[in-house]
Amino acid sequence: MFVLLFAHFIVATAALTVLKSRPRVSAVLGICVFVATIIATLQWGRTTDGVREVSFNWIGDLGLSLHLRLDSFAVMMVLIISVLGALVLAYSLAYFDPDETTARFTGFFIAFAGVMSGLVMSADLFTMFVFWELTSVLSFLLIGLHSESGHARASALRALLVTGAGGLCLLAGVALFQVELGTTSFQELANMAPTGTVITVAAILVLLGAFTKSAQFPFHFWLPGAMAAPTPVSAYLHSATMVKAGIVLMARMSPIFGDLDVWRWMVVVAGGITMVLGGVRAMYATDAKLLLAHSTVSQLGFLGILAGIGIPGATYAAVVHLAAHAVFKAALFLSVGAVDHAVGSRDIRTLSGVGRQMPLVAILATLSAASMAGIIPLFGFATKEKALAVLLKADDKVGAVGNVALAFVVVGAVLSTAYSVRFVRGVFGTKKDCAPSHVHHAPSFLLVAPVVLLSSASLIAGLFAKQTGHLFDAVATTLSPEATGKLALWPGVNTALIVSVIVVAVGAAIGYVFPLAATARELPVTGDKVYLSLLQGILTGSKKITKYTQNGSLQTYVVVTMGVVIATLMYSLATDQLPHFDNMVIADSPLQFGVVVLCIVLTGVVTFTAHRFVAALLLGGVGFAIAVIFALFGAPDLALTQILVETIVLVVFLLVLRQLPSKFERSIKGSARTAQIVFSVSVGLVVALFALLVGNSRQAPSVGEEYITRSSPQGGGNNVVNVILVDFRGVDTMGEITVLAVAALGVANLVNMARRQRKPKVVEASQ
Amino acid sequence: MIGRRSVILTEADRWLFPVVLLVSVYITFRGHNAPGGGFIGGLIAGAAFIIRYLAGTPLTDRWHRALNPTTYIGAGLVIAVVTALVPLAYGDTLLESAIWKWNVPAIGEVKLVSSSIFDLGVYFLVIGVVLLSLMSLGADPVHDEEVGEES
Repeated sequence: MFVLLFAHFIVATAALTVLKSRPRVSAVLGICVFVATIIATLQWGRTTDGVREVSFNWIGDLGLSLHLRLDSFAVMMVLIISVLGALVLAYSLAYFDPDETTARFTGFFIAFAGVMSGLVMSADLFTMFVFWELTSVLSFLLIGLHSESGHARASALRALLVTGAGGLCLLAGVALFQVELGTTSFQELANMAPTGTVITVAAILVLLGAFTKSAQFPFHFWLPGAMAAPTPVSAYLHSATMVKAGIVLMARMSPIFGDLDVWRWMVVVAGGITMVLGGVRAMYATDAKLLLAHSTVSQLGFLGILAGIGIPGATYAAVVHLAAHAVFKAALFLSVGAVDHAVGSRDIRTLSGVGRQMPLVAILATLSAASMAGIIPLFGFATKEKALAVLLKADDKVGAVGNVALAFVVVGAVLSTAYSVRFVRGVFGTKKDCAPSHVHHAPSFLLVAPVVLLSSASLIAGLFAKQTGHLFDAVATTLSPEATGKLALWPGVNTALIVSVIVVAVGAAIGYVFPLAATARELPVTGDKVYLSLLQGILTGSKKITKYTQNGSLQTYVVVTMGVVIATLMYSLATDQLPHFDNMVIADSPLQFGVVVLCIVLTGVVTFTAHRFVAALLLGGVGFAIAVIFALFGAPDLALTQILVETIVLVVFLLVLRQLPSKFERSIKGSARTAQIVFSVSVGLVVALFALLVGNSRQAPSVGEEYITRSSPQGGGNNVVNVILVDFRGVDTMGEITVLAVAALGVANLVNMARRQRKPKVVEASQ
Repeated sequence: MIGRRSVILTEADRWLFPVVLLVSVYITFRGHNAPGGGFIGGLIAGAAFIIRYLAGTPLTDRWHRALNPTTYIGAGLVIAVVTALVPLAYGDTLLESAIWKWNVPAIGEVKLVSSSIFDLGVYFLVIGVVLLSLMSLGADPVHDEEVGEES
């Protein structure tokens, strides 16, 4: 399994690097990977009872590892991902011109398929989280594929922020499970059947994560925006695969937590509102692709209810409808893309006569739309019948919440039929008051072939509903042992069928009568507006905080920093037991004493000198004197470093001084100046006192001895100081040089910025 | 350039520059057993560039390509980080030292410790930092524009 996943990433990397100029080659390679995955998955699914586990030790010290488990449900999902992946990639060969953007698309796309396969195969929540976040990032990159467009960037950011916030909720849930139960594995969780407040909170957090990913209310608003991505991306990520991640998670978790009242109500209410809201919005969309996006939101709400409600039969219905939706929605997106490619428009108000000019696409899209509407004999009919039948009986099992779910689903189903009719009418119909659209060129083979396959799949699966239903038996029972069910082409006259007939009739009537140009009234509160004002609030808030904490005054910074230092030092001086000064040595030698006196004198003079240049030289002198002290203590490395640093710093100091006036200005006078002096002196005194105390309070033995004995055998060197730097404490050194590099780059950038700002003024020569 | 060029410094730089660089490399590698090491070596090499700079030999002109300080910083950091990570691939801990010994005819035993390579990264990084400070703080606006016109 890992080999196949890695194959995705290798091809993706190649597509982004060496094959950058040949996106078609990488697309073909990608299709090969998808086909290989399909074959391997089918093989595994057949030979090993559909369960195959692999784990990969990631960071052993932290107990982190990735567990993949290929059970029947994962097999189904991987097949959906790979089959649709191959079809959409083939489609994209005809859809895009082979340029650099296409290379990026191909690379991200294949990588996404790999990540998504990993997600559905995850055996525990942690592994799923890792893949989950990767899909968010790749979706961000794919939505923002046309990075020159501001709209695409904003949409990409919105999707990333919403799903990223959900990812954080998921992570919090995962952490709670890990801390509380010591495991995040789906199987172990199911075996434990845990309960308790913490577990409930964790489950809700996980559910929130699933909601953001699968665009459930109130996080539904990012998905229509994601349509800024090219059509193949929308078809694949934002209808067939990525947005199903939340459904997958709910399907995995609901057998465990479905009995929690709060879980069930959240799922049903959020899913129900999503379903109805998406349906209503789809009725007002005039861009065919946006219409499909809203319909996806609506269908996700439907799937969310089925997958999350925690009734075994509903789980079965969720699984079959998930497959049905992936097939018909991808086909619909791809046919819109084909129309867009041929006509150059997706506006259902102006498209006219397209059906007559592109009959094949029109028939195929109508088939898929019929599947979406739930019309016999298509796949969507069988799955919707199953869902209705289950929900009609849900009352007995789960009480009132079942009836609420049923009500939402019936309203949603009416809208589904209505927007399906609206879609077909809008895209392919002939309008009286519109001039026929001009079809520039017939869609090429690759643009139509995937649609042919997908739409006929909807038809065949519907015609042979009984056999198709059996294929999903194992899939559903993997999730929940009692989740069995049957599909049927003709279920016989029962309540579900009667409801269904009424639903379709009403929906079709609405869809037929409803004006295509209808525009919705601007709602006072939408998810999008809330998101924007939240984002704006966070931005202005952080700006305000920054303005307050980083006010740009060097003096304030120094006072705050030093104030904190002496406050903590004084606190520890006041509370800790004071050490004895019995064995304190004033100086080892007269020379040492002399050097220290020199240091003090030089420092004293610095405070009184009026010239910056003199002050810099005197400070340099202090530095060299300290180097002498190091040398006297027998630390040649330190002394050498000190001398060199001092030299270089002095030169750099002088370079800077050229830009400054030669004398210090006294801008502060009177009591403020006195306060400054008092503050500076007390900082100096406290630090000096603390150094004295610390030097005399050693209790533990020095680590020096140990380092010296270990230096040569383990570090391979006789210079202990150096061995400590590059080996024993090498990580410290690595951190330090990184800081050094960052600081130097920062200084250089600051200087360059200042210079650039000053440039217009600089004319006068300094010579 | 600060003030007029000094002939003494220019001549001194011409002779000292290669010697100091050589010394700095020596100090870097000897650091494992005697005072020295990458940090000190890098500072010594930096000092060579400082002399060159003070002598008025332009750093940004002839040397521009070879002396891009950020390249030094980046290369140094990469060397250090890679050396630190390599032991992980062999199942050791971060920065675990490997000690290699060869018997070279006529010279005798030659010993190389992997942490010397880490030190080399430090060396390059420090050179880069010194160069970067010299170039950014040392160049004054007017001078910059002249250079820009020449090149």
